[in-house]
Amino acid sequence: MAPITFLEAIRQAMLEEMAADPRVVLIGEDVGVYGGAFKTSEGLLEKFGWERVIDTPISESAIIGAACGMSYLGLRPIAEMQFIDFIACCFNQLTNFVAKSHYLWNAPVPMVVRGPSGGGVHGGPFHSANPEMYFLHTPGFKIVYPSTPYDAKGLLKASIRDNNPVLFFEHKFLYRRIKEEIPESDYTVPLGKSIVRREGKHLTILSYAAMMHVSLEAAAALAKEGIEAEVIDLRTLLPLDEETILNSVRKTNKCLVVHEDTKTGGIAGEIAAILFEKAFHDLDGPLVRVTSLDTPVPYAPTLEEAFLPNAEKVFAAAKDLVRF
Amino acid sequence: MPASESRVKAGKLSRQQYLDLYYFMRLNREVEDTMARLFRQNKIVGGLYASLGQEAISVGSAYALEKRDWLAPMIRNIGALLVKGVPPRDIFTQHMAKYTSPTKGKDGTSHFGDLDNLHIISPISMLGDLIPVMTGVAMAGRYLGQKIVAMTWIGDGGSSTGVFHEGLNLAASQKAALVLILENNQWAYSTPVSRQVPLENLADRAKAYGISSYIVDGNDVVAVYTTAKEAVERARAGEGPILIEAKTFRRHGHAQHDPAEYVPKEQRAYWEKRDPITLYEKFLTEEKLLDAKGKKEIEAQISALLEKEREFAENSPMPPPELASQGVYCTGPECHDLKPKWERPVEELLPPKSCVEPVWTVEGFGSGIVSSSGSAPIHFGDVPTGAEKPSAPPRPPAKGAAKPRKKPVAKKSARKGGR
Repeated sequence: MAPITFLEAIRQAMLEEMAADPRVVLIGEDVGVYGGAFKTSEGLLEKFGWERVIDTPISESAIIGAACGMSYLGLRPIAEMQFIDFIACCFNQLTNFVAKSHYLWNAPVPMVVRGPSGGGVHGGPFHSANPEMYFLHTPGFKIVYPSTPYDAKGLLKASIRDNNPVLFFEHKFLYRRIKEEIPESDYTVPLGKSIVRREGKHLTILSYAAMMHVSLEAAAALAKEGIEAEVIDLRTLLPLDEETILNSVRKTNKCLVVHEDTKTGGIAGEIAAILFEKAFHDLDGPLVRVTSLDTPVPYAPTLEEAFLPNAEKVFAAAKDLVRF
Repeated sequence: MPASESRVKAGKLSRQQYLDLYYFMRLNREVEDTMARLFRQNKIVGGLYASLGQEAISVGSAYALEKRDWLAPMIRNIGALLVKGVPPRDIFTQHMAKYTSPTKGKDGTSHFGDLDNLHIISPISMLGDLIPVMTGVAMAGRYLGQKIVAMTWIGDGGSSTGVFHEGLNLAASQKAALVLILENNQWAYSTPVSRQVPLENLADRAKAYGISSYIVDGNDVVAVYTTAKEAVERARAGEGPILIEAKTFRRHGHAQHDPAEYVPKEQRAYWEKRDPITLYEKFLTEEKLLDAKGKKEIEAQISALLEKEREFAENSPMPPPELASQGVYCTGPECHDLKPKWERPVEELLPPKSCVEPVWTVEGFGSGIVSSSGSAPIHFGDVPTGAEKPSAPPRPPAKGAAKPRKKPVAKKSARKGGR
């Protein structure tokens, strides 16, 4: 089978789940006739009709609210944020209504909220966000942030089939830039499981989404200098796969976290706390963070480049860390 | 709506229906009076909100629903819950945070629901959020072929939220079978409606969404019921969402702690004379539907029921501490096996039957209803009501890949306005 893009993987996941299960519907802005701002839903309206591919007004709270209401009657809606930045507009509907529903009154909300996220494409401060941590702090969500076409498809299918609200982040830098051969048969990738992308013994690099590729690039450069970095792709941020992280750090004794989200309040801090609680005696050095700057995402390419982590920054930080 | 008008419609109700409305209003008030006593005894864990004087709205509107229909209450709609079939013990145990409550003590007040049997969606404290949720319920009901109506309530205060607009606009654009009861009790906590909204009638908000609306005397239970019934049937028939403004007055403060001294005495006095239960008793007596004996029987029935229910609640245990960490996630089919109730052939929703041409067929860009205000400019393509419609102007290309439509599909542009 020919390799497919990340974007095509998303499209295929939705198409196949909708074909297999009439409970699955898609709701969002311009998802129907236009096929989505990034064409992730191209062809779905043709196939499934107006009742299942629902173009809405520009009303993020109403999109989430309606998807939640549909899920209460047994449907499995996929709600699209045209850009994930706009998820801020429906923060209340998500954090207070959707996330608390099962805990408070035993009403599951089997819905997926998905959309293009992340920077590196000069989208500027309102089209480049990584808002995952706003929601990681809210009990009730599952949060998925894949880095490969194979995972994107398998994790999106698993998210659609999950009985909980899943926030599914699609890094738009990856949409058309990476391709991968994937199986033709139906498969899923389980939520809550990270994966070791490269084995190593000198340090552990934890990352996800676009930064996973940056980390692998840095690991290749480190290998040329005799430093074997173990690169782990977190894939699901909530619930976090602590076991895989701890097993790796107990082996390498050093941990570097690379994320595109800003530094303060990023997931690296949470991982640091987990390591201090559960692997304190296994650490031979400080937990090191390579992240974006604590600023909004700037527009100019020179500024955005300074803002984002890259392989050189990861390489330098890793070299510093292995000296401990 | 003047009381006389409701009497005109009075013939539509059976004797039992009249008495049901009376029973549920009395039950609503007695449940809340019981809770006020429990509150004074420190047995209510959190706040207590009263619907004193607004019972006709909760009871009259919910009574218009069928068993298959869905409702989502707001804080002053305990009467609606009772009508839909919630036993009073659930309301007592909720307020007392007991383990036997519908949420097992995880939330209080009327924040609970029942997806499987009673079709009730739990509210949250943030106002307006139920409107898009109930729109989704109505959309899913239509999708599943169930012919249901979704009903929820909002206050005059909550009608100023952004999500009120988003939700009602989506409902209108989807023609969702939603009935929204706007309880104008004239006070959002301490702020009078005149300082919130520059409209005499909040029902006028409906015009902005191109939907029908009604204004009803919220202290006249028969008027509320007959109006809601008509709205429910119109929504069920596919006319889209309907807004009902029920004019009333909040006789208690925002909650038990609030003496509401900001309310002018004359206003309070006026509305105290218009108590919905007193008015309705007078009507029932005049119509010879209720006599002193019948009234006593109903009172005895309610008091016996509430005694039993209150005792159950008081004797119920608090939730065990270990419950706090449980239930964040649904753990799968063993936790909830989610199966929608299909009432239409599923094949209709799967290819090849579901396949369509991806082309907008919305007729007549700009040829909507002419502005109701004479001084407002007539926009491109607008035609005055009644004038002969010119052929539709050339449509701008639809977004992106949309192909030009092949044949125009007529769309009903004139809608029946409410009052």
